[in-house]
Formats: sequence, C-alpha cells, structure tokens
Amino acid sequence: MTMIIDRLGPVPEVGDDRGGPGTPLLAVKDLIKHFGKKAGFLTKAGAVVRAVDGVTFDVGKGETLGIVGESGCGKSTVARLIMQIIAPDSGDLLFDGEAVGSEQLDLTSYRKQVQMIFQDSYASLNPRLTVEDTVAFGPRVHGASAKQSITLAHDLLHRVGLEPARFAGRYPHEISGGQRQRVNIARGLALNPRLLILDEAVSALDKSVEAQVLNLLLDLKEEFGLTYIFISHDLNVVRFMSDRVMVMYLGRVAEVGPADAVFSNPSHPYTSALLASMPSMDPDNRTQEAPITGDPPNPINPPPGCRFHTRCKFVADVCKTKEPALTDVGGLHYTACHMADPTSGHPNALNAARAA
Amino acid sequence: MAAIADAAIVVPAKASKGYWASVGSRLIKDKVAMVALTIILLIVLAAILAPYIAPADPFRGSMIRRLRPIGTPGYPLGADELGRDMLTRLIYGGRLSIFMGVVPVLAAFVVGSGIGIFAGYVGGWVNTLLMRIIDVFFAFPSVLLAIALSGALGAGILNSIVSLTIVFIPQIARVAESVTTQIRTRDYVEAARVSGAGAFTIVRVHVLGNVLGPIFVYSTGLISVSMILASGLSFLGLGVKPPEPEWGLMLNTLRTAIYTQPLVAALPGLMIFMTSISFNLFSDGLRSAMEVKQ
Repeated sequence: MTMIIDRLGPVPEVGDDRGGPGTPLLAVKDLIKHFGKKAGFLTKAGAVVRAVDGVTFDVGKGETLGIVGESGCGKSTVARLIMQIIAPDSGDLLFDGEAVGSEQLDLTSYRKQVQMIFQDSYASLNPRLTVEDTVAFGPRVHGASAKQSITLAHDLLHRVGLEPARFAGRYPHEISGGQRQRVNIARGLALNPRLLILDEAVSALDKSVEAQVLNLLLDLKEEFGLTYIFISHDLNVVRFMSDRVMVMYLGRVAEVGPADAVFSNPSHPYTSALLASMPSMDPDNRTQEAPITGDPPNPINPPPGCRFHTRCKFVADVCKTKEPALTDVGGLHYTACHMADPTSGHPNALNAARAA
Repeated sequence: MAAIADAAIVVPAKASKGYWASVGSRLIKDKVAMVALTIILLIVLAAILAPYIAPADPFRGSMIRRLRPIGTPGYPLGADELGRDMLTRLIYGGRLSIFMGVVPVLAAFVVGSGIGIFAGYVGGWVNTLLMRIIDVFFAFPSVLLAIALSGALGAGILNSIVSLTIVFIPQIARVAESVTTQIRTRDYVEAARVSGAGAFTIVRVHVLGNVLGPIFVYSTGLISVSMILASGLSFLGLGVKPPEPEWGLMLNTLRTAIYTQPLVAALPGLMIFMTSISFNLFSDGLRSAMEVKQ
C-alpha cells in the first residue's frame, strides 16, 4: 500500500524482491485460530481451544526469527497458519508487501516462496519414495521435466551433505535421522524459496547431529539468501540461530526483540522464568529451584487479563483483569507486561520504568 | 561434517532394493504362505489345464455307475449321483469356483478403493455422507445380502458376480477410507500440499502407494469369503446351474448321498476349504511381510 509508485513500474517476477529491503518479508497481523467444534446438525458446539489468539509480528528480509515457548503455546499452529496448511479464523498475512491469496500473490506462487521443514524427519518423508524422488517432487509439480528435477535433486542432496551416488536411490528407512532431516531440508530448498519455516526441525536429533544440521542451516541461509522462522523449545538453539526472538505464551506474544536483548535482559517475567529454568552449566551455581512450576493453564479456558498471571510472581490486581498490550521497552524490544507500562497501575511499573 | 554422519553407515554393495522387492524376499521365507501359494497355484493350474489333465468328460454320466466310492477302477475319486467322474468334475469345478472367488473381489477392489480413497482424502461432509451410505450395507449380514441381491437379480453366474461385488464394495471401501484418513494427515502429505501439488497428484504419488498395500491384503482375504458365498449361492440354486461343474453346486447335489457315500459327498467341500484357507494363509503372510518396516 505504501508502495503505490513501485507498482506502476514493471511487474515484478515471482521470487523477486518486490517490496524493497525495507518491507518485511512476512508480516503477520492479528492472526487468530481457534480449534473446536462448531455447532452443527445434531451436535452441540464443543469447547474451543484458543491455539493462536491475536498474534502480530514481522519477519525482516534475511533475518532469522526464533519462536520459543512451552508445548501447546501455539508455535506450531503459527507455522501451519503461515504455510496455509490450515486456514486462520481471522488475520492477515502479507508476504513482501502483498496479501497472500490476493491477485498479486496467489497461493501457488506463495507456496513456491515459503517452505517448511517438519519436526518428525521420518513422518515427513514418504516411505515409498526414494530420496531423490522426494526432493524432485516439488520441482516436478511446478513443471520441471523429470530429468531436470532429478538433476536439481542431486545438486541439492550434494549441497546438504548427502552424496547422490550413495543416497539418491535410498528409501527413508535406510538412512539415519540426521540424514533424513537433510533430505527434508533439500526438499524444502527444491523450490528455491525465500522463507523457510523450521518447526522444531532439529529437536528430534542427537546433540552431535543437531549441531551439524544447525551449521548446515546457517551455511544454506548465506548461500541461498534465505530468511528463517526458527521454532523451537530449546532456548540455547534459538539463541544460537536467531537474530530476533519471539516468546509465545498460551497463543499470544509475550515478548519479542533482538535475541541478545531478550536473552540478556528479558523484560517479561515469563521469559525470565524460562531462561532461569535452563539447567546451569556451572556446578558452583546450580539452579536451586524451578522458577516456574506446573503446566500452562488450559488454552480452552485461558485466564482473564494477563494469561501468565496464574504463574507469575509479580502478579498484581491489574494483571487479573486487564490484558497487557505489547509495549516498547526500547531498541525494537517489545513486551506484553503491565510492569513495562508506567501507566498500567501495576505497583512494580514505576520501578521498571525507572530501571529502563 | 557430513563425514561424521556417514561413517556409521555401511556402504551397500549395490543400489538398495525397492519396497516390493524386500516384501517379496520376506514372503519367500514364510513357509506357511509359500505352501498356501503353491496349493493355490496348483489348483489354478489344474483348472486352466482341465481339458488336458482331466481323465474323463465332466458331463458324461453313467446310470449304472452312480455313487461309486473313492478308489473304484476308472474312478479314482469315485462317481457322483449321475455316475460322472468326481476327479474330472473337481478339476473342472475349480474353474468356476475360483473365477467366482476372484472376479467379484477384483471388481469390488477397484470400486471400493476408489470410493474409500476419495472419501478419505476429501474428508469432511463428503466423507460422512459416503460412509453413512456404506454403513447401510453393513446393517445386513453379507450372506443374507448376497442371497437377497441374487434372488432379486435372478439366478446366473453374471448376477451372482454382481451381487457378490456389491456385498464386498462396502467392506473394502471402509478399509480404504480408514487407511487413507490416516495417511492424509501424515507430514509428507502436508509437505506435498505445501509444495503446491494438486489433490490428484498427491493421491497418485503419495497416497496410492501407501494405501493400496493394506487394501490389497484385506481384499486377498475376501477371496475365500467370496468363494464360500458363491458356493452358497450355487447351493441354493441362485448361482451356477446344473450340470455345470462348480464346487458349491456339487456339494448341493451330492448332499442326498451323505449317508451312502459320505467321503465322495465331502470332496467338493474339502476343495472349497483347501482353496479358501490357502487364500487366507497367503494373505496373512502377505500382511506380515508388508508390515515389518515401511
């Protein structure tokens, strides 16, 4: 919309940098997805799970956005919504300035530019297809000849560290977990995407293999000029990979900001608790007690006000009634906590303001 | 870094064999399944080559040599109630009996898989609608349904095949639907959808290969049921008409001789039993050979 003048120029090719470097590659606005049964013929409406409940964020070109949070906080649902595997209840997706599904950017060309790597390396490979056929499937669908797509598949397999001469003809059950995840990465790259969503892509791997795959991902990012959305529950891995980090809690954004700022100076009590729950690497400075206990509340019936107030040690009256908005705490660092907002009426808010 | 990951893998001497090749090699090691397969092949071969190997004419009777016991000279397996050679008629009978066992299942496999895979892949209300219609057929026991349909269509081989096909379609469709529903939500199907493939391509490349196996195994097990049902229809006079040799019909006409020549009267039943249990054992073997690892 801000690029009206640009639109009068030559029509950009799919895959080109249309919006310019200033436009975020992906802008997500007020994304909402509630799972549940709608009332239908002979059935009553069931309980509604608010999996993603108003999530807004941008992903800049060439950056890696890490998304962290406990199980069930909506990380994977966000990924599947971005991939359009499931349809959102409401909210907008803008890819390089164009609304996804609009005339300028139909679903087919969007899908060529955004690909996803799944967590379960085994379940995400068809057991009946050889490695090369799996990688060649996408290009084949988009019109490449059989020979072209196999050549491309061999190139990509080589690039992700699997020698085509040995691996191209194998079936998924004949290779190891790390190798399978490399195949998944090769498949993700086969359509030459601009954005790659990594949904717990290394979580199921051994630590040593995980490190190899992470390094591979960093190399590929540079080589192909990729942008990553890196979803994980492993804070160390997210810190290693990400430029910016978004912390999610019960379907909402708790905190988002540059990785260093979020990890070294967390401004949301949930982030602090998450960081404190990481096992200490220093035997003289052991983690004494769990800073956060219990499970997150049920997303079927999330608590009113701030969703974290049931487990927060700074809880005040305002937290139980009013939902905090994302507040700027400086340096592109935002947090959804009343303590960061001096006008919220939280007793600690003034101290926080002063400290900042 | 790839070197570390690769070191653990022993380099195979040749390119890895495909899925079906490995199923085949496991199946060959399964003795029971191989014996069953041998019996099936022998019976099928005998039925095909009947004019060359049968000792007599299946239709030529002899009023003075009715109901001869097993071992009578010239009648190695005895003679039936019209003095026809039992061995000849059993060999010829395999033609129609196996035909009636295989053809309805094959037809139902094509139609039932189509319905089931379509319903399972599309999902939603289409699935519900199709499967509820299918459920209506489950309200009737399959024997009754086959008899009712055959009775309504009239006696004859073609009508029995049609009615048996209709009996088997819901069963195969239900299996196809449940396997497809499972496969549809797998990550690799979602990955294919994410890569922009259309529904037809996804079904062809990613679904069919993974669902046809289990459906095929289930269908193999139905061949014996089909043979028994077809024999039952013939027994009731709804299938094959005399004097055509068919095991079910032979069992029917020989039942009057159960007290005079019980062993001869039991022979067609023995053939039905042997063939159907062989099909069952073979499909069991196929199932376990396919299940080991995908």
